[in-house]
Amino acid sequence: MSLLRIRNLGIHFGDQRAVDGLDLDVEAGRMLALVGESGSGKSLTALSVLNLLPDAAHWQADELVLDGQSLLGLKDREQRRLRGGKVGMIFQEPLTALNPLHNVEKQISESLFIHQGLSRSAARQRCMELLTQVELPATEDMLRRYPHQLSGGQRQRVMIAMALANNPRLLIADEPTTALDVTVQETILTLIKRLQKELNLSVLLISHDLGVVSRFAEDLLVMHNGRKVEAGPTHRVLSAPQDAYTRHLLASEPSGRADPLPENAPVLLNASGIHVSFKGQRPSLFRPAPAFHAVDGVDLQLRQGETLGIVGESGSGKSTLALALLRLIGSDGRILFDGTDLRALKRSELRQWRRHIQVVFQDPYGSLNPRMTVGQIITEGMSLHFPDIDRQQRDTRLCQLLEEVGLSADSRHRYPHEFSGGQRQRIAIARALILEPRLLILDEPTSALDRSVQHQILELLKKLQARHGLSYLFISHDLKVIRAICHRVLVMRAGRIVEQGNTSTLFDAPQQPYTRTLLHAAFAGDTLPR
Amino acid sequence: MAFRNPVWERQWQVFKRNRRGYWSLWIFLLLFVLSLGAELIANDKPLLVRYDGHFYFPVVVEYPETAFGGFFESEANYRDPVVKDLINGKGWMIWPPIHYSYNTINYDLQVPAPAPPSADNWLGTDDQGRDVLAGLIYGFRISVLFGLILTILASAIGIIVGAVQGYYGGWLDLAGQRFLEVWSSMPILYLIIVLSSFVVPGFWSLLLILLLFSWMTLVDLVRAEFLRGRNMDYVRSAQALGVRTPVIMFRHMLPNAMVATLTFLPFILNGAVVTLTSLDFIGFGMPTDAPSLGRLLGQGKANLQAPWLGISAFITLTILLSLLVFIGEAVRDAFDTRKFLK
Repeated sequence: MSLLRIRNLGIHFGDQRAVDGLDLDVEAGRMLALVGESGSGKSLTALSVLNLLPDAAHWQADELVLDGQSLLGLKDREQRRLRGGKVGMIFQEPLTALNPLHNVEKQISESLFIHQGLSRSAARQRCMELLTQVELPATEDMLRRYPHQLSGGQRQRVMIAMALANNPRLLIADEPTTALDVTVQETILTLIKRLQKELNLSVLLISHDLGVVSRFAEDLLVMHNGRKVEAGPTHRVLSAPQDAYTRHLLASEPSGRADPLPENAPVLLNASGIHVSFKGQRPSLFRPAPAFHAVDGVDLQLRQGETLGIVGESGSGKSTLALALLRLIGSDGRILFDGTDLRALKRSELRQWRRHIQVVFQDPYGSLNPRMTVGQIITEGMSLHFPDIDRQQRDTRLCQLLEEVGLSADSRHRYPHEFSGGQRQRIAIARALILEPRLLILDEPTSALDRSVQHQILELLKKLQARHGLSYLFISHDLKVIRAICHRVLVMRAGRIVEQGNTSTLFDAPQQPYTRTLLHAAFAGDTLPR
Repeated sequence: MAFRNPVWERQWQVFKRNRRGYWSLWIFLLLFVLSLGAELIANDKPLLVRYDGHFYFPVVVEYPETAFGGFFESEANYRDPVVKDLINGKGWMIWPPIHYSYNTINYDLQVPAPAPPSADNWLGTDDQGRDVLAGLIYGFRISVLFGLILTILASAIGIIVGAVQGYYGGWLDLAGQRFLEVWSSMPILYLIIVLSSFVVPGFWSLLLILLLFSWMTLVDLVRAEFLRGRNMDYVRSAQALGVRTPVIMFRHMLPNAMVATLTFLPFILNGAVVTLTSLDFIGFGMPTDAPSLGRLLGQGKANLQAPWLGISAFITLTILLSLLVFIGEAVRDAFDTRKFLK
């Protein structure tokens, strides 16, 4: 019997249909994964269950039944009883979903007071139980902590504890692990799975990552453009996908390997002893500020035409390393680029050298100036490094390049906000490529993108590398992406290199326990066909 | 070019949607443009004279009385009945709507000055027999011009200082901030009163003195924008392209800082107008022969039996300041990102 039953759900903003004719069933005691790319309407669907949609949204449904009770036309009071009572909800970003001024005890017990009217001591008792359930230390100290004193994973556990406080029948988890590191992601999902079994919960898990959820969910529902594309037991959907879009999603999982590198490729970049430190907070006026070593003695070599992957969790210093190699922040050590020490160059000489090393950043929304046209953005560097090229030639080159990165030539007159995330990343790549660099530093270039767009960008990068003999320094936390594109991999943790080696060697036979943990989190029990 | 940019375009649309601010902008611009041509509206010289088959332009060129057959070598006084008769005898004159300039003294008053409103002096005269309406028109112009020049110069200095502090950060920023704190805690009004005892206050010297103490308003705002902006990925990308620092500051970061600046501009202008008025009011402002709203207010205070003085100056100031505040509110709406989502 299904615990949650939705029939013909429609949500629209003005004329724009966000969800259209959606049927959904969450079976008692089972986990349903709602999978789709951004903008597919999956989060809206979940919010409609609790009637938490934004004011601008209008929605209607033929049936919306939870545990035998219709939720259509409920009064405000009854709806509030539902939220946090029968249905618990976990949000994506635990830092913003928790009230920064309340400690853990207050966060959890708030709904206990509201829904069960417990006394303070009873509520505290229940808090302790819940902490144990979500595998946090059930101590006074933990209860007194504030959100900023918790790690990302701990915050998400507190969120789960809050959701579980009133013994809900249904748990809705909206991208619960997207903001977390892979290793933490793994433990949180395992925890949710365990709680589902132990408490006989039904779980509606919303995610954009087919690979991750398919390991945990019994049932799968794939959404695309607000419509249901395919639904059924996970193993059946994955092994025999009926719909073209599902097959497309499955094919978008990063696959393939880097093309082999010629034996005699010369070394392009040789960095040794790279060290970057920041000053911390002064403990008192009279004591010096302690140094925080973001990058702590890193050596790396990169050959012509090679892709070197740098893997690490947030805070491992990989982005700082990139900025240091770009000479955008100060560092110690030696950076030899094609035999020249970049650290010894004068300012004006360095400016000339910059065209050889270009960068693409993670956030496609922040890396393009919103007040410039795409054409202006891409050609900005040209007038600096190729001052002899006249307008006409510059425009021709611009059109060529736009075509090469898969955008139409008309795009050059438009502004960044008219483009999607993937297209913006193409623009950023074009901006870097127009200077004909030899090394391209890619700082999480695909992390903000949907899997299928990610796939296209990776293909584009491979094509460009083959054509121009580019070297890539590819920074990512996503091991699947790294495996698909890198020749060699370097694993970083707390500013140091933990392990490095050829991609195949490192992935097949990791030497260090930390590498093994990372690999396990990314690939364990991967049910996807390769 | 600027208006083709979609960001500006959307902000202009939001600005237009605030009807009050939009109309205030047009009314203000109309009043300002009219007051720029004050000589053509209120003057003691005719706009055009036809005398003996020739055209004369007394507003632009000085003609001696002898040119019209008079006795004196000095400039013709066209309000003199003798000169009037001379000209009208051999031609005609076209007068501006108000026959007085700000400093024209009406010697034909039937009552002792300040004279109440009459057909001749529409808003009456001040205690020296000068026309109030003419004084208001010229006073409005000088207030707005003074305010605009002060605002533009102060903003330019503030933006540059804020930009440099924000972009470079570190020690420069720290030292700059401390200096600002000390500098902005100076009592401006007293300093001006002291300074005016050994500098003769004129338009430019007063502007300079006020400028010394009014450039700080925007520094903090612009500094904050630049502190934020220098970590944006598109600024990093530009650095990686090898773009020179001044170009990065000007092309990539300034447009965002301009948002805060433009929002504040009407309010800074407002403040400048008020400062000038209050200095004139207490008698430490412009030289006594310059037209001034503040001095008119002062006369209103000294001559409570002549309410037209105080009331006209008060109403003019109220209209001017309200228009600027309404425009400022609309600009603030236009730059409010939350507004443009709707």
